[in-house]
Amino acid sequence: MIVSQAAVSESVAPVAMGWGDVLSQQLITGVSNGMIIAMIAIGYTMVYGIIELINFAHGDLCTLGSFLALTLVGALGMEAWAGMGGTAAVVTLLISSAVFCGALNWTIDRVAYRPLRGKPKLALLVSAIGCSFILVNIALFWGGLPMEVFGGGNQAAAPKDFPSLISNENLLGAKSAITVTWRDLFVVIVTVPLMIGLTWLVKSTRLGKAMRAVAQNPTAAALMGIDVNRVIGSTFLIGGALGGFASVIYALYNNTISFQMGYRTGMDAFTAAVLGGIGSLPGAVVGGIVIGLVRALSDGYIEARWTNSVVFGILILTLVFRPSGILGAKLREKV
Amino acid sequence: MLKNIAAVCLLAFAITPALAQGEKPEKVLKIISSLPRTGSANAQTTTMVNGIQLAIDEVNGKVGDYTIVYEDMDDASPQRGNWDPAVEAQNANKAARDESVIAYIGTFNSGASKISMPVLNKAGLLMISPAATYPGLTKPGKGEANEPKIYRPTGKINFFRVVPADDLQGFVAAEWAKDMGVKKVYILDDRELYGKGIANVFENHAKELGIEVLGREGIDPKASNFKSLATKIKAAAPDMVYFGGTTQNSAGQIAKDLHTANATPKFMVPDGCFEKAFIEAAGAENVNGSAYITFGGLPADKLTGRGAEFRANYKKKYNLKENEEPEGYAVYGYEACKVLLDAIPKAKTKDRAGILQAVSETKNYNGALGIWSFDENGDTTNTTMSGNTVENGEFKFVKALGK
Repeated sequence: MIVSQAAVSESVAPVAMGWGDVLSQQLITGVSNGMIIAMIAIGYTMVYGIIELINFAHGDLCTLGSFLALTLVGALGMEAWAGMGGTAAVVTLLISSAVFCGALNWTIDRVAYRPLRGKPKLALLVSAIGCSFILVNIALFWGGLPMEVFGGGNQAAAPKDFPSLISNENLLGAKSAITVTWRDLFVVIVTVPLMIGLTWLVKSTRLGKAMRAVAQNPTAAALMGIDVNRVIGSTFLIGGALGGFASVIYALYNNTISFQMGYRTGMDAFTAAVLGGIGSLPGAVVGGIVIGLVRALSDGYIEARWTNSVVFGILILTLVFRPSGILGAKLREKV
Repeated sequence: MLKNIAAVCLLAFAITPALAQGEKPEKVLKIISSLPRTGSANAQTTTMVNGIQLAIDEVNGKVGDYTIVYEDMDDASPQRGNWDPAVEAQNANKAARDESVIAYIGTFNSGASKISMPVLNKAGLLMISPAATYPGLTKPGKGEANEPKIYRPTGKINFFRVVPADDLQGFVAAEWAKDMGVKKVYILDDRELYGKGIANVFENHAKELGIEVLGREGIDPKASNFKSLATKIKAAAPDMVYFGGTTQNSAGQIAKDLHTANATPKFMVPDGCFEKAFIEAAGAENVNGSAYITFGGLPADKLTGRGAEFRANYKKKYNLKENEEPEGYAVYGYEACKVLLDAIPKAKTKDRAGILQAVSETKNYNGALGIWSFDENGDTTNTTMSGNTVENGEFKFVKALGK
């Protein structure tokens, strides 16, 4: 054991990094983080686009997705799945969390939001905040389950280590100053096709058409024979499923989950959605990547303590000059 | 609406004294502890509470004619998963109002002490902290200019601690780094009272020892990862990263991201990370042989004399297995309560003022932590510290550190 440790510390001797290497590395980190934020931001923006609700529970929904993933890792002993089994493990996690979060998000809409449709918007918002609290507390309870992966359940609120199912090997070779790992690649490999798929769904399918119609005018859509509640339910299902994917990507990329992670990631994602133009799908993606990059560059070149101020400063400046966000549609009056 | 609220408040005021009187039979001395019981500090605080309970059970819950009643209060909230200023203030006010309370054991976090100290000082209530180590709480000239005066509105000292403060811990940490041959260090802190304070002490002494400080910054403890920071640190190429902060403020995630980025072989943290939760949060593979943890005392299995007795009794009472040890702070919980219980018989009057006086006169006390006294600021004269590392996912004692 000691020999292998010595060997490891030998191989991790820091490689000298030029300023170009550092910048590239920061950009890689920024894009990876940004893509995760973007995936969650889509969930905010879809729901807002269709019922003008800021679904505060969305970030915490993702927390539950990653708790489910960790539970599965523990229950199925996925750390031992080697080789192709590792890929199978990741795919299993992605699909189960997506299904779980999609179904949960649909249920939340059915139980907590649907009865309030047509009532004042404030009631809906308060209901969303309530759901957020409920989900946080479920996560707190979940973290206390007596499982090995949850530290025996003695410390429900402690951050949980998420096993590295994806290799952290440098794809550019151990000698390279810049590190691009399977994890960075994994984030892109999963998120890009999902985003393309979603765009296709909204643009070209019957459901997508119905969603756009409901977003534009629910009453008219209903008169045209569209089942508005079903369409809204589907939006929650899809947004939740994307959140489920994001939660697994988050867990595998950061290797730590905690019951509070949804608050911060949710806040970042919501900011991204607003920055990109809330209601716009490409806007959420652009906003997410911008925030990821700004965070990375601010951490790297200014100081970590200023990062939040920089992010929100940029948000405010953007909104002053473009109130509807980077890619937001012109504000239209809804009557 | 407002009227209703006012009515409820009045009612509450009317009931409170009645309840307090109802709960106060004759000859009861009540001890309260206020520690973060919800959150990742829970493992540490559970063993501290166990230590307190052990000290009380050793005297069968009685000192002379007085029955000792103990209440374990939580100063954390689930929303924060960490100590909460609002809850700490509530606890302090509750303790101050209840006349049967003669001692307040706490707090765990230095920031929390800042809140309860002035409240309890005005109430003349004795406070013994087993874990708060920020120097400014007691030592003039070691913190801000107005510290510790602002915590003592009456001018009298009511806050004592059985754990050595960070002006010692940060100091010996820097010495230890120097001994290990560290030439360049990058310093981070969590921007809390404790973390920032100890990082300052470390930074100052590191500079005095000729260690080059490549950078110093405060982190955002709730960030999802620190990969950008790790890249920046990797580019600066230090021999060691020092993080002044706690497990609750992402020490594990930082260790993980530094390891992932191959940024540095050495990562040093203070006693706020001397708990199993740190290794669990970081993942053992990220800290084995690379993390160095200083602690303001000795691990339980290195204690001698009364300390060894404590360890044996503790393991027996709480059914620990042969290879299991109480967490590092358990003995401080025990010692804080024990020194109090031993002072009560010496108190001239068995009330807040008498017991406070008796505790403050503690000299050459033969306790589980060795023979020590409280100095004029309320600090322990004990200066034994230890340096630890991680091996196979467990803490491993390296050596004793001292001034």
